[in-house]
Amino acid sequence: MESIGKFLIFMGRMFIRMESFGTYFKLTVDESIKVGYNSILIFAIVSTFMGAVTTLQTAYNLISPFIPSYVISLVVRDMTILELAPTIMAIVYAGKVGSNIAGELGTMRITEQIDALEVMGINSASYLVLPKIIASLIMYPLLVILAGYLSLLGGYMTAVLTGVMTGYDYIYGIRYDFVEFNVKFALIKALAFAFLVAAISSYKGYFTKGGALEVGQSSTSAVTNSCIAILTADYLLAKLLL
Amino acid sequence: MIEVNHISHSFEGKQVLFDISSRFEKGQTNLIIGASGTGKSVLLKCIVGLLQPDEGYVTYDGRDFTSGDRNLKIDIRREIGMLFQGGALFDSKNVEENVMFPLNILTKMPLDEKLDRVNFCLQRVDLENVNKKMPSELSGGMKKRVGIARAIVNNSQYLFCDEPNSGLDPQTSITIDNLIKEITIEFDITTVVVTHDMNSVMEIGDYIAFMFEGRLLWEGSNDQIIDCNVQELENFIFANKLMRTMRNMKS
Repeated sequence: MESIGKFLIFMGRMFIRMESFGTYFKLTVDESIKVGYNSILIFAIVSTFMGAVTTLQTAYNLISPFIPSYVISLVVRDMTILELAPTIMAIVYAGKVGSNIAGELGTMRITEQIDALEVMGINSASYLVLPKIIASLIMYPLLVILAGYLSLLGGYMTAVLTGVMTGYDYIYGIRYDFVEFNVKFALIKALAFAFLVAAISSYKGYFTKGGALEVGQSSTSAVTNSCIAILTADYLLAKLLL
Repeated sequence: MIEVNHISHSFEGKQVLFDISSRFEKGQTNLIIGASGTGKSVLLKCIVGLLQPDEGYVTYDGRDFTSGDRNLKIDIRREIGMLFQGGALFDSKNVEENVMFPLNILTKMPLDEKLDRVNFCLQRVDLENVNKKMPSELSGGMKKRVGIARAIVNNSQYLFCDEPNSGLDPQTSITIDNLIKEITIEFDITTVVVTHDMNSVMEIGDYIAFMFEGRLLWEGSNDQIIDCNVQELENFIFANKLMRTMRNMKS
C-alpha cells in the first residue's frame, strides 16, 4: 500500500511546477523516437513470427473436413487483434522500453543528474517522466497497429508458402464476421499498457538508491512489475469491456 | 550571505546532523570540512534544499529558503549553481548543451546570446574547442570545469561545490580550487565547498567549518586552523605525514 501511495504521489508531482509547452514538445518528440521508432525492428520481427507460428499451429489443430480452412485465419485474426498484438507485444515493450527507462533514470539518479535538475529549480519528475509517458501513449498504440498488421501478414505468407491454405481463403477468413469493436478494444488496452509500462518503469528508475547493482535491480524490477500490471490490467479490461 | 540556523536531520531515526548553525559570507570561499561520514554532504543537501531538515532553517540573504513559500524557493533555487562530486553532466547532451541547459530552461535569451554566454563561461574555466564533445569523452578535471561553467552560466549568486577535488590529481585539484576562488571573487558570489582535502583548506579556505559526527566543532579561517585546540580537528588535519612534518618543523 505504501508503494502504491508513493507511486500516486509521484504521478501527481508531474503536474506541479511544469516547464513550458515547447520544452515538453521537444522532449516528447525525442522520447517518441526512443520508445517508438527504435522499437519498430523488434516489434516487426516478433509480430511477423508470431503470426506465422499462430497460423501453423492453428492449422495443425484444425485438421477436419468439417471445418473450412478460412477458420484458421479467422482464429489468427481474433487472437492477433485481441491478445497477441496488444498484450504479448506489451510484454516485449516492457522488456525493451521499460528496462531502458528504468536504467536511464536510475543512472541519472545515482550520478546526481536528477539532483542537478532539482537544484536548478526544475521539477525533475515532470521534466523527465511526463514526456516518456506521453511518448509511450502516442507510440505504443501505433506499434500495436503495426504489430497486428505484420502478424496477419506473417500468417498470410506462411499459409501461402507452406500450402496450409490458399491466399484467397486466408483473406476471406480475415474478413469473415469481423467485429470492429475488437480493434477499439485492442487500442484501449494498448493505451492502458503504454501508461503502465512507462509509469512503473519511471517510478522504479526514479527512486533508485545505491550504485550500478541497484540500477540493474531497478531495471529488472521495472520489467517484472510492468508484466504483472499488464496481465492484471488485461484481465480487468477483458472483464469490463467484453 | 547564507545563514544556517539550528539544522538537525535524521535518516530513519538515526540522527546525522545535530543543531548546526553557521554563516557563509558573500565574496569568500566557505569550506565545510570533516572526515567521511560526518554529515558534510547531508548538510549541503539541506542547504540547497535537496533534503528537508527535521529542524532549523536556512536563509539566503535574509530570505527563508526552508519554510518559505514555493515560489520563493524556486526563485532562490534559480540563483543557485552547484558542482556535484562526479560533475553530474547530462550524458545525452554535449558540453555546449550541458552548459546551455540552465539558460534554455530558466531564460528566454535568444540563441546567439546563449551561445556567447556559454562560450564566455567555458573560456572562463579554461576550456576551449570542447563544445561538441560528449561527457564520456572528457577527463575528470574537464568534467569538473564544465560543471563549474554550468553552475555559473545563469549568473548564479550562490555556488555550491560537493567534493570538487575527488578523483583528481593534486595539480588539477589546485587548479580547480583556484578557479573556484577566482570565480567567487570575480563574480562576488557566496561559495560553499564541501571537502576533506587539506590542500583546499590551506589554499582557498577563507572561512572553514569543521564537522565531526554530525556536529559543528570548530569555525575559523585557514590562518587559524593550524593553531586550533580541538583534538578531533588536529587528528583530521595532521592525519597525513606531510602535515605532521610541517607541524614538527614549525614547532
